[in-house]
Parts: sequence; C-alpha cells; structure tokens
Amino acid sequence: MKRLAMNGDQAVALSWKQIDPDVVSSYPITPQTIIVETFAEYVANGEVGTEYICSESEHSSMSMCIGASAAGARSATATASAGLAYMWEMLYIAASMRLPVVMTVANRALSGPINIHCDHSDAMGARDSGWIQIYAENVQEAYDNSIMSFRIAEDMGVRLPVMNCLDGFIVTHAIESMEPLDDDAVKKFVGDFKPIHPLLDVKSPHSFGPFDMPEYYFEHKYAQQKAMENALDVVRKVSDEYAQISGRKYDLLECYRCEDAEYVALSIGSTAGTMKQVVDDLRAEGHKVGSIKLRLFRPFPFQDVAKVLDGRKGVAVLDRALSFGAAGPLFADVCSAMFGNSSSSPAFNYIYGLGGRDVGVEDLKKVYFDMEDGTAKAVNYLGVKL
Amino acid sequence: MITIKEMAEMPVRLTEGHRLCAGCAEPIVAKQVLLATDKPVVVANATGCFEVSTSGFPQSAWEVPWIHTAFATTAATISGVESAYVSLKRKGKISEDIRFVAFGGDGATYDIGLQALSGAIERGHRFMYVCLNNEAYMNTGIQRSGATQRGASTTTCPSGTCIPGKKEIPKDLTKIIAAHKLPYAAQASPHNWKDLIAKAAKGFEANGPSFLNIITPCPRGWRYDGANTIEMAKLAVETGMWPLYEYENGKWTLTGETKRIAEGKMERRPLADWLKAQGRFKHLLAPEWKDVVDDIQNNLDASWDELLRLTKL
Repeated sequence: MKRLAMNGDQAVALSWKQIDPDVVSSYPITPQTIIVETFAEYVANGEVGTEYICSESEHSSMSMCIGASAAGARSATATASAGLAYMWEMLYIAASMRLPVVMTVANRALSGPINIHCDHSDAMGARDSGWIQIYAENVQEAYDNSIMSFRIAEDMGVRLPVMNCLDGFIVTHAIESMEPLDDDAVKKFVGDFKPIHPLLDVKSPHSFGPFDMPEYYFEHKYAQQKAMENALDVVRKVSDEYAQISGRKYDLLECYRCEDAEYVALSIGSTAGTMKQVVDDLRAEGHKVGSIKLRLFRPFPFQDVAKVLDGRKGVAVLDRALSFGAAGPLFADVCSAMFGNSSSSPAFNYIYGLGGRDVGVEDLKKVYFDMEDGTAKAVNYLGVKL
Repeated sequence: MITIKEMAEMPVRLTEGHRLCAGCAEPIVAKQVLLATDKPVVVANATGCFEVSTSGFPQSAWEVPWIHTAFATTAATISGVESAYVSLKRKGKISEDIRFVAFGGDGATYDIGLQALSGAIERGHRFMYVCLNNEAYMNTGIQRSGATQRGASTTTCPSGTCIPGKKEIPKDLTKIIAAHKLPYAAQASPHNWKDLIAKAAKGFEANGPSFLNIITPCPRGWRYDGANTIEMAKLAVETGMWPLYEYENGKWTLTGETKRIAEGKMERRPLADWLKAQGRFKHLLAPEWKDVVDDIQNNLDASWDELLRLTKL
C-alpha cells in the first residue's frame, strides 16, 4: 500500500478500522482523543461494523471492554494519564479474567500538577496490573504494534490484555510518513475472534469474576504469571509473522550499533529514535557507543536485556518516569536482569523528560559523556533546572 | 400474567445452596425477577452480599451466564455485554433473543455505582437494573449508605447519646432515575410478588433501559427475626415508607397496597409500627428523640403527597 502522512493517533485509528473490532468504548482524554474521534468518523460513515460506545468515564470504559470481551466480542479502547489511573481497579480485573482487551495508551504525565505532555508515569503506574505493555518509537510502530497487539492478546497461550503505548504528542500528534498494510492483509493477519466460554453462549452458562478465597486465589495469580511468561515467545512469533506480511522486523528489543559499543543506553518509546542520531553523531567523533530500544516492557525480557548489556563499560537506563523514594522503574528491572544473570556492567539511571520536558540530541549526548568521564551517578536527573 | 403453577415449572436460574443469610430477602427478590421472563438472561452483579454469597469459586449458584467485575461497575459491565450482543447480532454471529439484567445493592446503586448507572441509562442500553435495596452496606457490616433512612442506627452512624443514628434523609433514587426519562422504572417489594413480577416483566420487555428499586429487608442490618422478612417488606409498603409505583413512558402510576391506600380502600399503617419492628430504630422510641420521629413523619407525609401529585399529573 502506498505511504501516507498521518499522526500516531490517526495510525492507531486506521489499524482499528482495518481490524473492525466488535466493540470499542471511548472517553476523551488528551493526547489520545484523536483516536476515538477518528474512529467515530469511521462509525458515522459506516466504514466499520463496530458497536461504538461513548462511556461516561474511563472506569466505565474499561468495565465495558471487560463486559464486552467476556460476552464474546473483540474489544478495544484508548486512554492516557489520569484516564489510565482512573481505570486502575479495572485493569487488574481485565487481566485476571484473562480477557484479550487491547488498549492504546498515549503516554502522558500524571497529575499533579496537571500536565498534558509526555512521560511514562501513567503506564509505569499500571506496571503490575497484569497487562502486556508494548512501546512504539514512531508512528509506523504505533500502527504495527496496534495490529500485533490483538494477535498477542488473543493467543490461546496468553489470553491477556495488551497496552499499545505511544508517546503523547511526540508520536500521537507528530505527522510522519508511514506505510499501512492492505485491509485484507490486516484482517487475515488478525483473524476471527475466538472467545472462551462467552457470556452470550446462553446454552453453556459460565460465571465470570466469582469470589475467590485463599484456597484458589494464589493459583489463579500463578496462572496469570505463566501466561505472561508465555507472552515472551508469542510476541516473538507474532512479530516474525508480521515481518512476513509487512517487511518490518521487530524483536523484544532492538540494538543500534551495539556490536562493539563500550557504552550503551537503554530507553523506550520515541527517545530511542533520538538516540540513533546521538549514537551516529558520537560514532562519527570516535566514541564507541550504542543504543538499545526496549519494545516489550511487560513481560520483561530479562534474558535478552541481560545478554545485550553484559560486558559493557557502562550502561545507562533512561526512565521517563520516577518511583518517588526509589528511582526509575525501568532501571529497577534492568538491574534485576543484570544481577540475576551475573552481569557486572556498571549501570546508571537517568530520569528525563518528565511532564514533556524536551530532550534533544545534545542533552542525550551528556549521558554517554558522563559514563566516559566517570561523572555518572547512580541516579541522574537529566535536564532538571536546579 | 404468570401463574404460580407456571412459575413452579420455570427452570431454576439461581439455585439453592448459596451462602446468603437465613431470612435474607435478596434471593427471594432475585428469583421473582428472574421468573418474569422466559427468554435467556445474562446477569451482571455488583460486589456485595449477593455476589459474594452466590459465587464462591469453584462453586456457583448461577445456572445462567453471570459476571461480576467490581463495586461501581455493574451498569457499565452490562453495558459492555449488551453492546457485544448488539454488535454480534448485527454481524449474524448470534441468533437468540437475550435479556440482560444487573443486580446491585443500594451501596452499589445509590452511591459508588450511580455514575455508571446514569451513564448506561443515558446511552440507552437495553437492560434492566435491579437495586436490591436493604438500605445500608450490609456486606461490609451495616454501614450507612445514601439509601439509609433518617434515624437508622448503622455502624458508621450509630445511635449515641448525642446523635440518634443517621441525620440525613435517603436520596430519592427512583425519581433520579426517572429523571433520565427512560422507558420504565418502578419500586417494588417481594411481599407483593405479583406486583414485583409484573414490573420485572415490563422492565425486561422495555425497549431500552429499565430500573427496579426493590425493598430488600435484611434481618442482620435491620435487627429483626429473619422469619419476618416478608412481613417487614409488607410493613414498609403499608406504612408508606416504601410506596409501590411505576414510571412508564413519562406516566406515574401507583400499584398494589399503595394504590389501595391512596384510593381510600385501606388505611396507611402508622409510622410507629415500622419503627418499633426493627432494632435499628429502637433508640428513636425514647422521648428525647421525639423530634426526630416527627421529622421522619413529616418527610414521609411530604413524599407521599408529592407522589400522589405526580400520579395525578
């Protein structure tokens, strides 16, 4: 299909149009709103068969996705920031019911103070809710990940909800050149929705969400964990299949000029794109540096991360979120991966870009310079004005 | 109208063996509601006594598809289920004619889930919401809700030496729901099963959302002998504390004993009968709280007059 110019939100909406979910619930919140507005136009013009529900809150929006998915419908929604926080209770319930709901999250800082711009505090706050989390670097990836999310969520070895994360404004609103797939290719790739014990199968009644006492609760949580572990291979498998129809190859993480790199920096989302320029600039000056983009944050690919970070002179982990009183959530997992795999590369945490603070090429070069000259601290606040 | 004999032959949708208290009105109400349609039903249930006691994994008292998500979310959950139904039926993937019903207690309905309920009704999903109204948070141990009556003693508004139980009157939820101008809303009581089932049948067949607010006596929370549950429901209606009426396509109609009282065919029983019958009100019988009883009486009379005015419009 020919290349199109569109922003990340429009690209996600386009993917939904091609998938034609049975139910989409919507509630407006910046910077996600373009998704549900664009999709509403598809509905208004009869381009999809979706039952499109405008909810009165994100809490209800997620509850409707849960009800619809349990009923036997392929269901999707989108949110950001406070909306995701408001859903928090229901995120756990969607995951524990093993419902393959797909939700796009336009990453935005949490209140307060209220702020509409990008950071990852919203999705990181939902880290432990049992949702798979995939992060996009750019508009193309937001589109590609959106399509793959349905296949990953609905895989019979997984059956977990998926968050398709893209950076607020940076990816959601920036217009880029991207190449969508043909409608038929998307439909074929995603396939028919196969519900398990749907509520609407009235001849075979099942109970969803029963009271679960200490005799069984732990086992149900363990089963969720096993499904998450299964998702690692399923994400690889789905990404490989997607490469065959799109020509675009994705893995759990992506290394950029890392082969002989002494210093590497690991990031997620759009910053990984900026980092490629940083690495190119520094390589041209003779610095042996590389960049790693983590695409899949939950389940966390511990082995893959430990492997690429082993044997480096320095590892910087860039967190666009902060766990107050600790450090960056990504840093904690990266350190855990390295420690668990006996990797002794020195690791440094860089907290950056909170509340949409712009982080450019020159800012990010400092991360490598700090590691090279030995001034990197355990936890660093990149660009904070003190 | 379904006969008792026909009811006895209906398939059981909520089985025996659940863990609700002896004397609890909830399963009585739910069974009456579920007898009101011969169509397949899908049930959504709010967190609360009814959910906890009918669903303990790996057992379930439900012989029909059932879903519980959270406390505030029953109306939203059934909205999602109904939307899936609309979508899949349009796509030809479902052929059955299915009805959707949500059960929630008064805490789930008057308080935490009111926004979700209001949203679901405004959106026009075709489902019936049934409030099992026992006038407090009974599952967590008898805490006050927006449905708790003035003067009732609960564990969060206990009657003390300075404060005689709940200070505020309950919100008039049925009228709040009617203000959404939905096709059908009603108040009912399980002692008058014919009236309740007739209303549930109308609710199931309404072309859009419907709402039943049902007085659901709780022996633990109201402090009376569990053998008297049906008598207690009857007393609520005959004292005028729980009038039976319906709001149908904009028209208000009295039913059952409430109608007969309004027509002068039977006497409205005194408020004192209601207060004396339940431990939650017993402190009000002391002379120092006469002004509270007078206030309850005044509110009762004003609400009664307002309802009569509505039915004459």
